[in-house]
Amino acid sequence: MSEAEPRVVILGAGHAGGSAAAFLRQYGFAGPIVLVGDEMVAPYQRPPLSKAWLKGEAGEDELMLKDESWYAENGCRLLLGVSGKIIDRAGKTVSLSNGETVAYDFLIIATGARARKLPIPGADLKGVLELRTTVDAEVLKAALGPGRRLAVIGGGYVGLEAAASARKLGSEVVIIEREARCLARVACEPLSSFFQDYHRKHGVEFELAAGVEAFEGEGGHITGVRLADGRVIRCDAALVGVGALPNDEIAREAGLPCENGIVVDLEARTADPAIFAIGDVTWRPLPLYDRPFRLESVPNALEQAKQAASAIAGRPQPNPEVPWFWSDQYDLKLQIAGLPFDADSIVVRGDPDSAKFAIFHLKGDLIQSVEAVNAPPEFMMGKQLIAARRPIARDRLADPTVSMKEVAA
Amino acid sequence: MAKITYVEHDGTEHVVDVKSGMSVMEGAIKNNIPGIDADCGGACACATCHVYVDEAWRDKTGTPSAMEESMLDFAENVEPNSRLSCQIKVSDELDGLTVRMPESQH
Repeated sequence: MSEAEPRVVILGAGHAGGSAAAFLRQYGFAGPIVLVGDEMVAPYQRPPLSKAWLKGEAGEDELMLKDESWYAENGCRLLLGVSGKIIDRAGKTVSLSNGETVAYDFLIIATGARARKLPIPGADLKGVLELRTTVDAEVLKAALGPGRRLAVIGGGYVGLEAAASARKLGSEVVIIEREARCLARVACEPLSSFFQDYHRKHGVEFELAAGVEAFEGEGGHITGVRLADGRVIRCDAALVGVGALPNDEIAREAGLPCENGIVVDLEARTADPAIFAIGDVTWRPLPLYDRPFRLESVPNALEQAKQAASAIAGRPQPNPEVPWFWSDQYDLKLQIAGLPFDADSIVVRGDPDSAKFAIFHLKGDLIQSVEAVNAPPEFMMGKQLIAARRPIARDRLADPTVSMKEVAA
Repeated sequence: MAKITYVEHDGTEHVVDVKSGMSVMEGAIKNNIPGIDADCGGACACATCHVYVDEAWRDKTGTPSAMEESMLDFAENVEPNSRLSCQIKVSDELDGLTVRMPESQH
């Protein structure tokens, strides 16, 4: 009798956790897998919830990572509506909210992030919404349509995408942002201006540099958002999109080092060699930028799912990737490669008025990141140049008549 | 419904039935076929679902959009029969389709 196959337990059945199970099987891992998720649905893609799904252009089937039958057919026990409670590192077991205790040889923590709440009066009124899960998305969708008015608190990507989708469905939309511009924390001024103008052209109103004091309601349902200056913005629903917090409590309680998320290495391994962490919940190294960071993105979830699955299955590690992101709003496709750490200048290539341009963030003559709007060549080649750490000539980069292939040559 | 053959770079073949209306990419992902990554889930944003369409099927799979062409232009190991599999919709017409995968999607 050969030695028993190792057992894997995955806490969290989102994009990261579901993908880790799938990659383990792709890589030939034959041991039992237990996949534990606190939602009532099998792993699915979250990005469409603010985009194609919200607009009714993609159905629920298209959201699912795998058919629900895949898990049973592939030796993966899927526990839905269940969460991990306590990790016993010495005994290598996890106790679960359903009363069970499961043993592991390798544990993967993929508990993701949760929406940050606004601790203000009225936050518990009906119609004060967030957008993380299919349940949230159903409630949001039901609140949209002609004659309805949506207030979006927070002009980040989720807020802007939801605003664009809400306009498509006929809702009135007002975006309320604490900073002086939308995307203030994640994008540069020219990109913020471009998106604000584009949304205004599509009928979205903005309240910028506006603090939110309270949600006002009647009969338990929201009727408006009260701003710091005393004005009340009338609405039928308010979507709060003010960032996310890592669900790293279970790791902290188990004594695993955490910063803004669970600290992992380039194989997605925590300080405990038997425990990995992947996806939004991790504080991970970024070798290209020589620092750790917490990324909230599907490409990051997939990259780390591959890292953990490769380590467990005894395969060589995948090649490191340049972090990247995308956003769809109206007819705009925004693609971002890299992060603008340490950048000392920007180069705008193309004309924002044409809705086809790219903004490069440079550190000296190295590209740190690129934000490309309807500009795939700039995104694709920019991503390759970031990975290669290859210096570029700024004047050629700024000249759209010089092709990206020539810029890179 | 269409029977589609996915051939990994090392020659491993996977033959699966894919429902009409799904994309060729979704057929691979739902069946956990290695070699198609599809990081963006079909938004034509990443070029990690690159495949080569067998010559006999190039007409039936249609022509790529400007966005797809532009993404492919900068992907690695691109050939005249390269496509992004998230942009090929499956129909009964594609019963028997064979697609091959590049060495790497990244």
